[in-house]
Amino acid sequence: MTNKETSPAGNGKPKLAIYWAASCGGCEIAILNIGDKILAVDEAFEIVFWPCAADFKYEDVRNYPDHSIDLCLFNGAIRSSENEEMAHLLRQKSKVLVAFGSCAQEGCIPGLSNLTSASDTFRAIYMDNPSIDNPAATLPQTVTTVPEGELHIPVFYNTVRSLDQVVPVEYVIPGCPPEPPQIWAVLEAIVTGAPLPAPGSTVIGASHLAVCHECPLEKHEKTIERFYRPYEITPEPGLCLLEQGLMCMGIATRGGCGALCPRVGMRCEGCYGLLDGVEDQGANMISAIASVVNVGKPGDDEAELERRIGVAMDSIVDPAGTFYRFNMAHSLLHRVKTGNNGDVQNRGSETA
Amino acid sequence: MTSEPYTPVIVGFLCNWCSYRAADLAGTARLTYAPTMRPIRVMCTARVEPQFVIKALREGADGVLIAGCHPGECHYVEGNIKALRRYTLLKQMLRQFGIEEERVQIVWAAASESKVLADAVDQMTLTLQALGPLRWRQTVLNGHGAEQAVRESADVRRAALAAQEVEGER
Repeated sequence: MTNKETSPAGNGKPKLAIYWAASCGGCEIAILNIGDKILAVDEAFEIVFWPCAADFKYEDVRNYPDHSIDLCLFNGAIRSSENEEMAHLLRQKSKVLVAFGSCAQEGCIPGLSNLTSASDTFRAIYMDNPSIDNPAATLPQTVTTVPEGELHIPVFYNTVRSLDQVVPVEYVIPGCPPEPPQIWAVLEAIVTGAPLPAPGSTVIGASHLAVCHECPLEKHEKTIERFYRPYEITPEPGLCLLEQGLMCMGIATRGGCGALCPRVGMRCEGCYGLLDGVEDQGANMISAIASVVNVGKPGDDEAELERRIGVAMDSIVDPAGTFYRFNMAHSLLHRVKTGNNGDVQNRGSETA
Repeated sequence: MTSEPYTPVIVGFLCNWCSYRAADLAGTARLTYAPTMRPIRVMCTARVEPQFVIKALREGADGVLIAGCHPGECHYVEGNIKALRRYTLLKQMLRQFGIEEERVQIVWAAASESKVLADAVDQMTLTLQALGPLRWRQTVLNGHGAEQAVRESADVRRAALAAQEVEGER
């Protein structure tokens, strides 16, 4: 770790940090998937923090001067107090902070737990799980007293947030994970000093058009009677999946991935997030879907109309989990209302 | 918790060709009905994107009423049928978010049916009073909920241990 010795004065190279918060590690793999260009990254940048790949400690980062990290790629959602602390720390130490990947951008799969509560998550994992025997009802405790003193672990929050809901970010690179060619395009632009768009949660490394624009499948006017889950039908090759009744999110999803999933007959799940000018990806999808469901005509009896539309919509299993698969934490509603919500109100201390 | 009666806030999206005129007629006919609806005129119920409804609920509305022409009488032929499809699916989804079904309603009120519209507002006001305020921003969007998570996890543990004790005594 001779680099660390010379840091922060360093070797003149711009400093790069890569961090993971609540994520699966797929984003790190996507970075490595830029292939031998990773050597060019190493050549161009001095890596000052990358827990997945190099041995740095949080303490090292704390000791760096403020704004000494030129570029920080932050992947993962904010799920625990540790994630939040690192978000603030890396914001403080970085010139340019990038929400890298869907978790940091919009909550992604971890964000789906906003459909439940932390306590129900614990109950499912540590109590009700069929493979668990937990007679002492042991749960993660934030503070544990042992003979040697108190032990602390991070708090597991009730609500998952995206990075930009905790600290401001300059740029967002969407995707679950971001596609390696897009990652390289961004890094190359930074290395060569190419001008970047104005910062402020600005999306880079993606398209401004929907996935459908990149999708080669043949498209006709859509008239859908009902929807199918992927295991229920074998889609006809070469034909738009949505037309065949598969809930393809391509119409409400930002492109940039090259429509990798629909190309191979798998519906788009929406990982590149919402398009410009849209505030809520799920609501946008409902809007689009309703227009292509071909049930109900102007002459129908009102009660019959409601019934038939109800039946067609019932074929959509788990709409919230489908339409907000990646965008839950960044959706307008943000999380579910549970009987125990209303932290503030229930304590009766709300004065404002 | 709040137990005193409150005046609900209903955001009403009224179509230009039927229901907004029905509301107008309710005024000229001097119908008395609950002053709870904030009417917003849209050209057609099909203009009401689900995003509008969700945003209204998030920003303080206790309920949303969508009102338009009867099916078959839409100025744009089938705009209201599209609206009905959106509304049906939206309601299914809102249920998953813990939002009671009655908070979002659709009603068909032709330009002459001022009474239908007024009754719908009255009825919805009563329903929302029974449900209580939604207050999404204050009760749901309250940060990370760390305290809540810690408190409720302790409850889970206590409940599990208590259940075991009962089991053990048998």
